Amino acid sequence: MKLRGWYMLACILVFPFSSALAQTHSQAYRNNIYDPGMLKPRDSRLKVKVGEKAPNFTLPSLSGQKVSLREFLGRKNVVISFVPAAWTPVCSDQWPGYNIVKDIFDLHDAILLGITVDNIPTLFAWTNQMGKLWFPVLSDFWPHGKVANEYGILRSDGVAERALFLIDKKGIIRYIDVHDINKRPSLEVLVRELQKLSK
Amino acid sequence: MGRKIFCLMFGVVVFFGWAVSGWAKVLPPKPNAPLPDFQLPVPDNPAYRQYLGVDGDGLFRIPQIKARAVIIEIFSMYCPFCQREAPRVNKLYEKIASDTDLKSRIKMIGIGAGNSPFEVDIFQKKYRVPFPLFPDKDFLIHKCLGETRTPYFIVVAIGPGSSQKVIYSRLGGIFDFDDFLRTIRSRAGME
Repeated sequence: MKLRGWYMLACILVFPFSSALAQTHSQAYRNNIYDPGMLKPRDSRLKVKVGEKAPNFTLPSLSGQKVSLREFLGRKNVVISFVPAAWTPVCSDQWPGYNIVKDIFDLHDAILLGITVDNIPTLFAWTNQMGKLWFPVLSDFWPHGKVANEYGILRSDGVAERALFLIDKKGIIRYIDVHDINKRPSLEVLVRELQKLSK
Repeated sequence: MGRKIFCLMFGVVVFFGWAVSGWAKVLPPKPNAPLPDFQLPVPDNPAYRQYLGVDGDGLFRIPQIKARAVIIEIFSMYCPFCQREAPRVNKLYEKIASDTDLKSRIKMIGIGAGNSPFEVDIFQKKYRVPFPLFPDKDFLIHKCLGETRTPYFIVVAIGPGSSQKVIYSRLGGIFDFDDFLRTIRSRAGME
């Protein structure tokens, strides 16, 4: 009982401040962004490690084609960007930022794969607000979150973590960032990791 | 006794939280109101220093810019609307720069909400933005300006003795440059 009391007190203390956390919303989305509020920063346990071979997957993409990780073996470094859900605050900003740095990915011979657990129609409507994306957007909707689960980033509420995996041309995981779901990962850090691959 | 203390603490905390939330809610500046006070770093680039008429190695405030009116664009590198608008905003700059009457009297700057210097630099290079852009990595200025959506345009008129007031404050792109510039001229007393 005592513990429950303190837990309630902690929640009440955190709530008013959490609503004041700053973030921008692009006018591109107008009033279509659902704000889930502050979430538990991380809610899963990784099943892969840096230095291990990345589990292969094949997922449907927005273009209608299926995309497999293994098709980039020996050809491209791969950055996988898992984002939790369409139409939510941070996710709706993250990919448009990546969309204007194709030259950086090209410079490091890398492809970006964007993945969420949303279905294709939802991804279609959501990414249409971002302009034309240069990278494949993949749906891990069915079996629900199978790939996210294999990588160990499926949260208990069924969405993926906000996570980045950098996989080299040999299919080896070289960098993992399971980020605080409430915050956008630093682009500088990702670029630094890509630079390391080129050395 | 324990329950009474808990209830008292509960009440205090709820009231405190409500009050803080109320204080934290800053609205975007409205026309005729003063621009909230914030400082920006003097740019390293000599061309930008000359454009803004600011000097030194420290910080400056908007009213220190040598102009009758300053157009401030709140943008984000991550905002698709800002990306789409960037070429048009550049055209607005060019229109002002090619007008001998306006070019020394209206200046433009951009503030990248939540953007690091690296991210602002990417936006500047990608869209060849000809006017100075400033990072606001920790959203400090963004908060001070009412946590607006992006892009958001604020125009500040600067008067004698560095007096200043907001003369335009609106969300979204600027669609009619002539009308926009006429409004600025009129509200800044430049006619």
